[in-house]
Amino acid sequence: MGILDFFKSRPKNTASVAKERLRIIVAQERAQRGSPDYLPLLRREILEVIKKYVNVDPDAVLINVERDGDHEVLELSVALPEKASAAAGGAD
Amino acid sequence: MTLTEIIVVTSGKGGVGKTTTSASLAVGLARRGKKVAVIDFDVGLRNLDLIMGCERRVVYDFVNVIHGECTLKQALIKDKRYESLYVLAASQTRDKDALTREGVETVLNGLREDGFDYVICDSPAGIEKGAALAMYFADRAVVVVNPEVSSVRDSDRILGLLASKTRRAELGEGGVKQHLLLTRYNPARVEAGDMMSVKDVQEILGIEVVGVIPESEGVLAASNAGVPVILDESSNAGHAYDDAIARLLGESRPLRFVDVQKKGILARLFGS
Repeated sequence: MGILDFFKSRPKNTASVAKERLRIIVAQERAQRGSPDYLPLLRREILEVIKKYVNVDPDAVLINVERDGDHEVLELSVALPEKASAAAGGAD
Repeated sequence: MTLTEIIVVTSGKGGVGKTTTSASLAVGLARRGKKVAVIDFDVGLRNLDLIMGCERRVVYDFVNVIHGECTLKQALIKDKRYESLYVLAASQTRDKDALTREGVETVLNGLREDGFDYVICDSPAGIEKGAALAMYFADRAVVVVNPEVSSVRDSDRILGLLASKTRRAELGEGGVKQHLLLTRYNPARVEAGDMMSVKDVQEILGIEVVGVIPESEGVLAASNAGVPVILDESSNAGHAYDDAIARLLGESRPLRFVDVQKKGILARLFGS
């Protein structure tokens, strides 16, 4: 590799970009693996219901299924905004 | 009765080299004296017969056997080069639902009884029925991957299925042994930083590498001729496939063709 090539190929190393993007998406998809197919839809519907009462962020609803011995536990967590009470009671 | 090992060649993504790999693995194992059957699971899109060079000798196919329209013996096409090698073609006319788990199991049991050492299952692309059945009874999986983002991601999906939707996984027999086979590898592009390296792909997928097949003109020439590339003594891809087979059989061989070849004056003049 000549000295010019060395400087030319320096700025863009697309392989390392690819690796980093894959590392993240693969980890994310592995985490979701094995969970029921209906989870994303369930999450979306629950979010819609909550939004009727509280103005929450789309990322505020976390839903998870964990296996505990023979049975599965559906874990649901909703992060309310800090002024949730004010928003809910702000209709006067 | 011999112990028959069932190896699925799979990938998720299409066009990465599953059929090329299946053909070369089958020929390479037969060349080492093993009795081998290679089965095309891509019902409706038969292609293994072309790559193996036996397309004009297909009379009966996989689905005919499953439906009892012929015997397994009648449907197995004997290779012209190695007498211990047989091809079972996919049906070209039926739809994918023609394959059933019971039917596939019956065929595989028939091959066990006939004393086959290896059955290579050439999976179709995707994760639908054909692909699911190709992997279901496998003892080992060769996951074919190109060093490219969509291929790597799809193959990780396949690894998840191998770990859950196979007979070995369901019976708790420790799952299917997974081997990574990188194809279309271009060391010069890796060195230039625009292709992921063997190490990169291995780190993302976390499975052991059984072989790296360099991008090679020999692969297209081989499919043009219907002679699996492993039989091309002048092709690096052929030698790399032979190395992969040796590793599958438990030999340890260093990876070849993964570094940029410094061309000598003769190679520059006459090409490689």
